[in-house]
Amino acid sequence: MFGDYSIGDLGSIFVMQGFAGLILFSVYVLMALGLAIIFGQMGVINMAHGEFMILGAYVTWLTSNFFQSFLPSLFSGYFFLAMILAFLASGALGMLVEWALIRHLYKRPLDTLLATWGLSLILQQTYRSVFGPREVGVELPQWMLGSLKVTDSIEVPINGVFVMGLTLLITTAVAYVLYKSRWGRQVRAVVQNRIMAGAVGINTEKVDRYTFGLGCGIAGVAGSAFTMIGSTGPTSGQLYIVDTFLVVVFGGAASLLGTIASAFSISQTQSTLEFFMSGSMAKVLTLLAVVGILMLRPQGLFALKVRK
Amino acid sequence: MIITSRFFNRSELIGFVALAVVLFVILPLLLDVFRLNLVAKYLTYAFVAIGLVLCWGYGGILSLGQGVFFGLGGYCMAMFLKLEASSVENTKIQSTPGIPDFMDWNQITSLPLFWQPFHSLTFTILAIILVPGLFALIIGTAMFKRRVGGTYFAIITQAVAAILTILIVGQQGYTGGINGMTDLRTLKGWDIRPDNAKIILYFVEVVLLFACIGIAQFIRLTKLGRILVAMREQEDRVRFSGYSVANFKIFAFCMAAVFAAIGGAMFALNVGFMSPSFVGIVPSIEMVIYTAVGGRMSIFGAVWGSLLVNFAKTSLSESFPQLWLFGLGGLFIAVVLAFPNGLSGIWQDYVQPRIDRLLAMRKSKPKNGWRDNSVADGAPAE
Repeated sequence: MFGDYSIGDLGSIFVMQGFAGLILFSVYVLMALGLAIIFGQMGVINMAHGEFMILGAYVTWLTSNFFQSFLPSLFSGYFFLAMILAFLASGALGMLVEWALIRHLYKRPLDTLLATWGLSLILQQTYRSVFGPREVGVELPQWMLGSLKVTDSIEVPINGVFVMGLTLLITTAVAYVLYKSRWGRQVRAVVQNRIMAGAVGINTEKVDRYTFGLGCGIAGVAGSAFTMIGSTGPTSGQLYIVDTFLVVVFGGAASLLGTIASAFSISQTQSTLEFFMSGSMAKVLTLLAVVGILMLRPQGLFALKVRK
Repeated sequence: MIITSRFFNRSELIGFVALAVVLFVILPLLLDVFRLNLVAKYLTYAFVAIGLVLCWGYGGILSLGQGVFFGLGGYCMAMFLKLEASSVENTKIQSTPGIPDFMDWNQITSLPLFWQPFHSLTFTILAIILVPGLFALIIGTAMFKRRVGGTYFAIITQAVAAILTILIVGQQGYTGGINGMTDLRTLKGWDIRPDNAKIILYFVEVVLLFACIGIAQFIRLTKLGRILVAMREQEDRVRFSGYSVANFKIFAFCMAAVFAAIGGAMFALNVGFMSPSFVGIVPSIEMVIYTAVGGRMSIFGAVWGSLLVNFAKTSLSESFPQLWLFGLGGLFIAVVLAFPNGLSGIWQDYVQPRIDRLLAMRKSKPKNGWRDNSVADGAPAE
């Protein structure tokens, strides 16, 4: 397996594959963060999460087209506006969905799964009708193309570095909002005991709506970031939904740290394995390992100890 | 509820007779062979749906991986048929005659070891039952013994469905890859492709379906069925009463898996091929929706649900391909929000009372059919 490579080559391979893994890790974290909030905190299985992500990607694509045609001078900075728009669009749609659909189903978690799956089919078909069935790619501004040369044999792409930085920023922001702000305290209180939280004066319905909206909004940003490294089609969201759920479950549903740790281990395993075997076998082995570990340790890596 | 001495109560008997008449008499008389074969294809999903009634409706265990068992059963059958279709005479143009064509295309020169036993029909039939059954036993034991259930179980079974699909697609030389196993011809020398064979296979399938309905009904009526319902409603109380909750769940899950596998095997026979597009996440969830539309508490409802949803799918996607996904998505949401008990719930709540009242007026003596009131709002929380 290793025979043909010298020690130095192997080192570079591991660094490069490790970096590819880090980009995958960033995407996983961004996708899983929104889901960790919705599934981990609220217990709602949102099968349409991928479609919220794709909405963000399409918003980014629209923004980039808009800037290209009308404001080419500002094109290099369009991405920041696109991400904000993606967050707002997905978040608004999320709050609408929570109001119309999810709030009726809090006591039936398995049914939210079916209903949101129906929602995801409708959204997919909407995207197909509006944007066409073909995948669309976003034109990146000049400064995001190319790669940084670290040593002679190690190069890292700039857009990857950007996605990683973005992930770090958003994760920190979410952690701050959830664990330091007053609103985050309310969210956690509602999660732990809805009735008691209501009794001490928290407007639980409002907290639910904003929590769901926040989760969907982050999915939108994830989709926006995703356009930098891949193209977007109406069904792209479905490809990632299982991976994302596994990341959240593997990490231990209610733990933000667990989500990050599990995204890291899953993405690193997969990208390292990918170098030695075909992509599909790497994926099978990774998922099998995750499912196997979950069978031995169903509570995930980091379990929150709560009295039920 | 005590065990009823009669196998079916009156309203169930009506349902049974109606279904039997439609499947055995009306459909074969009305439809041409092509349409009848389509019905046979739809009915293969009814096997899965009946299994889901037992494990989801009664046991409260939602599995999003029924496609896995459907696929395992189907692939076992397809492997046998494929081997028979790739005899040395049929495949003499290949570089290695006597192995399935897709192996030859993928530069495999001898039959892999795990394919060898599928030369035997007895082994194949045993495998159709045992492979999915054992697989379900392993998953079920690992999950339910550790008291994992509800949403976690759903997600993990879904992941298993994803893994199996990727594996089948990736290992093209051993499984036929994304195209699946096509060009299945004969069963023990009997050609399964001509029209009269399709009609015979249809009737074989309907007989098997009624056998499964009978088994499911039997399980429902015994103490086992009552414990399943009790477990879904108040798992802890059942556990405190001294029952091993995990074992009952494993049993229900295994039964559902075996039913799904029989459906899959019939699919390979009736449709003439098997491919990973019937294994993955999307088909697995569609199987759940057949059950939900028919009514997750009703065995007959599940059969009707599979027939109607698939019929709607075929006719809508033939004429309005765009509309179909909107329709299916809307159906999911409507069933969950407005009709948690599906068609059978609508029947029991709106149609049945009217009929009863009508009969009562005639006989001037009210006689209410026994109704299942145990479901108010669907599956419980974890």
